Amino acid sequence: MTTQTVLAAAGGVSGGEEVTFWILAPLALLGAIGMVAARNAVHSALWLVLTMLCLGVFYVLQAGPFIGMVQIIVYTGAIMMLFLFVLMLVGRDASDSLIETLRGQRVAAVLLGLGFAGLVGGGLYRALDGVQAVGLEQANAEGNVQGIARLLFTKYVFAFELTSALLITAAVGAMVLAHVERRKEDKMDQVATMKARFAPGNYPGPKPGPGVFATSSSVATPARLPDGRLTERGISTILPVRELTAEDTSLKGTDR
Amino acid sequence: MNAVYLAQDPTLADFGKDPWWLVLIKVVFAFVVAVLATLLGVWFERRVVGRMAVRPGPNQAGPFGLLQTLADGLKMAFKEDILPKAADKVVFFFAPTISVICAVTALSVVPFGPMVSIFGHHTPLQVTDVPVAVLVLLACSSMGIYGIVLGGWASGSTYPLLGGLRSSAQMISYEVAMGLSIVAVFMTAGTMSTSGIVAAQGDATRLTILGTEVPAPGWYAILLLPSFIIFFISTVGETNRAPFDLPEAESELVAGYMTEYSSLKFALFMLSEYVAMVTMSAVTTTLFLGGWRAPWPITLWEGANSGWWPMLWFFGKVIALVFVFVWLRGTLPRLRYDQFMRFGWKVLLPINLVWILVLAGLRSIEGWQTRDRLLATAVGAGVLLLATLLWPSRKPKPKPSLQEQANSRPHGSFPLPPMDLQVPPSPRTKRVVAEREPANVAAGSDSREV
Repeated sequence: MTTQTVLAAAGGVSGGEEVTFWILAPLALLGAIGMVAARNAVHSALWLVLTMLCLGVFYVLQAGPFIGMVQIIVYTGAIMMLFLFVLMLVGRDASDSLIETLRGQRVAAVLLGLGFAGLVGGGLYRALDGVQAVGLEQANAEGNVQGIARLLFTKYVFAFELTSALLITAAVGAMVLAHVERRKEDKMDQVATMKARFAPGNYPGPKPGPGVFATSSSVATPARLPDGRLTERGISTILPVRELTAEDTSLKGTDR
Repeated sequence: MNAVYLAQDPTLADFGKDPWWLVLIKVVFAFVVAVLATLLGVWFERRVVGRMAVRPGPNQAGPFGLLQTLADGLKMAFKEDILPKAADKVVFFFAPTISVICAVTALSVVPFGPMVSIFGHHTPLQVTDVPVAVLVLLACSSMGIYGIVLGGWASGSTYPLLGGLRSSAQMISYEVAMGLSIVAVFMTAGTMSTSGIVAAQGDATRLTILGTEVPAPGWYAILLLPSFIIFFISTVGETNRAPFDLPEAESELVAGYMTEYSSLKFALFMLSEYVAMVTMSAVTTTLFLGGWRAPWPITLWEGANSGWWPMLWFFGKVIALVFVFVWLRGTLPRLRYDQFMRFGWKVLLPINLVWILVLAGLRSIEGWQTRDRLLATAVGAGVLLLATLLWPSRKPKPKPSLQEQANSRPHGSFPLPPMDLQVPPSPRTKRVVAEREPANVAAGSDSREV
C-alpha cells in the first residue's frame, strides 16, 4: 500500500499495475461496447457490471482502495442488482427491437459518440500531458479511509448532507407516488371476512357441486339442496342454455 | 521458538512480503479449507439435524458416515447435465461459478491466526490483508448473490425466476442491516482491516475491581451486542439459510433458483452455499468473537495466543457458529416473504440506526470529565424517559362480550346454539371405559415410560 502510494505520487507505474491495466482496460472497453450492443436488457446489465468491476479495480490500483470497494459494493452490488430486479420483473424476454424509429439515428449516434469520446480524450490528454501528480501522499497520510472521512465530515459536510437529503426526498417521493394506500376500513381482515360469510343472505357452506343430490349426473342438471329445493348455483355459468328440439330428442336409429 | 513470537499481532505492514511459494501455500490452504468445509459441513448439518429430529442421520459411508458427502458428490458428478431449452446458455453456465468464486474469495482476507514461522519465514496466517478488508468481504458477499439471481433468470422457467427475484430483494435489504452493524465495529476498532480488528479486540481495557486488575472483555460480541445479533441475523439472510431460505423455499418454489440445475452445476451451487456459510461464520468470528484469540479461561495460559494454537480456537469458534446455523435450520420454520421484508426494514434497520447513534454519543463523551459525562448521560436518559412517558398511546377499545356480539348480529343470521348450552356427557362413554380391562403388562425396566 505504502509503496503503491509513493509510486503513484511520483508518477511511476509499477510492473504489476501496468499488467493489470492492460488486462482490465480492454475488458472495461469490451464491457462498455457490449452494454450498448447487447440486444437483451439483462445481458446489457451484465456487460455494465463487467465495466464497473474493472473500474473498481482501477480505483484500487490508483491508491484509492475505499472508493474502489465502494464502487463494487454500491454500484455493482446494490444498484445493478436493483436494475436486474426491475428487468426481471418486467419480463425476461425484454429485448430491443431492431427497427430504427428515426432514420439514420444509429449512424448519427455512433458518429456523435465517437466525436464526443475524441473530444474528451483529446482534451484530457492535452490537459494532463506531462502533469506530475502531487499531494497523494499527504492526502493518504493517515490512511485512505480516514482521509476521505475527514474531508467528507469537515470540508464537504454540507454538500454531503444535502446530497443525502436529496436522495431521501427522492426515495420518499417515489414511495408516495407509487404506493397506493388502502384505507383501513376497506381492508378485509379475517374476522370481517368471516362475518360477511355468515351474514344473512349469504350461504356460508360450500357451493353444491353439479349432480350432487340430483336426479342425473349431468353437469347441466341443477343440484338439489338438503331441503329438497333445486339450486341454480350448482350449474356452471359458462354452460349455454338451450332447448332440445324434437329432432334432438327423437331416436337416432342406433338401436337397429 | 515460541517465546520470540509471543503476542505477535500482524499489522498491515506484515503483508505483501511473502515469497511466491508461500502465497501459493496460503491460497491453496484457504481453498482446501473451503472445500473441506463443504464436505464436512454437509455431513455435520445432516448429522446434527438428524440428532435434533431423533434419528441417526447418515452413518453408513465411512466412519460415522463421514464419507457420505463425498459419495454424494461423486454421484452428482456422474449425473446427466441438463441444459433447458429455454435457458440462456452462457449465463446459465456461468452463474454457479460466480457464486463459488465469490464465496471462496472472501476467505482470502480472513485471518486464521497470528504470525507464525513457515519454513523459516515469519508470516501471518492470512492470505492477505488490505486497509479495506471488511469491504472486500462485503463486496464478495454481494457479488455472490449475482450467481443466484442470474442462475434463476437464465433457467428460463418460472420458479427459478421467482427464486432469483426473491434473492436479489433479500440481498439488497439485508446487506443494509449488515453494513450498518459493521459500522459499529469500525467505529470501535478504528480500522477496516481484518487483522487490525482482531488486534483491537485483543488489547482490552483493564478494570480495577476490589484492588485486582481484571481484563475487561474485548470481544465486540459483548461490547457491541446489538450489532452482533443484527449482524448474525443478516448473515443468515445473506447466505439464504433457513429460516430465511426463501429463494429456494422447497414448499413454494420447488428448489427456487436451483430447480433447473443438475449434475456438477448443482453441486457448485451446493458448494457455494456451504462455503458461504463457513465464510460468514469466519467473518462473524473475526469481527465479533475475537478472531483467532483464545476465549477467556484459556487466555490464563501464556502461550494461548501465539504459534499455531490460535488456529484451533479460530476453527472452534467457526464450528460453533456453523452449529448455530444448523440449529436455526432445525428449529425455526421459514418466514413468509412479507414478514421477512418487514423484519429487515422495520425492525433490524431502525434498531441498528438508533444503536449507532447511541454508540456515537457514548464515544464522543468518552474524553469528557466525569461530571460532564454523567450530566450528558442523565440528559439523554431523561429525554428517553420523557419520550416514553409522553408517547401517545392508543387505548384498545373494550371487547364486547360474547352475548353482546351474539345480540348485535343482524336478523336472519346463521343460527347459533344458546350461549349457556351444556352438553351432558354421554352415558355410553362411561360404560366403555369401565368395561375395558386393564392392560396386563409385566413391570419391565421401561415400565415407567408407559
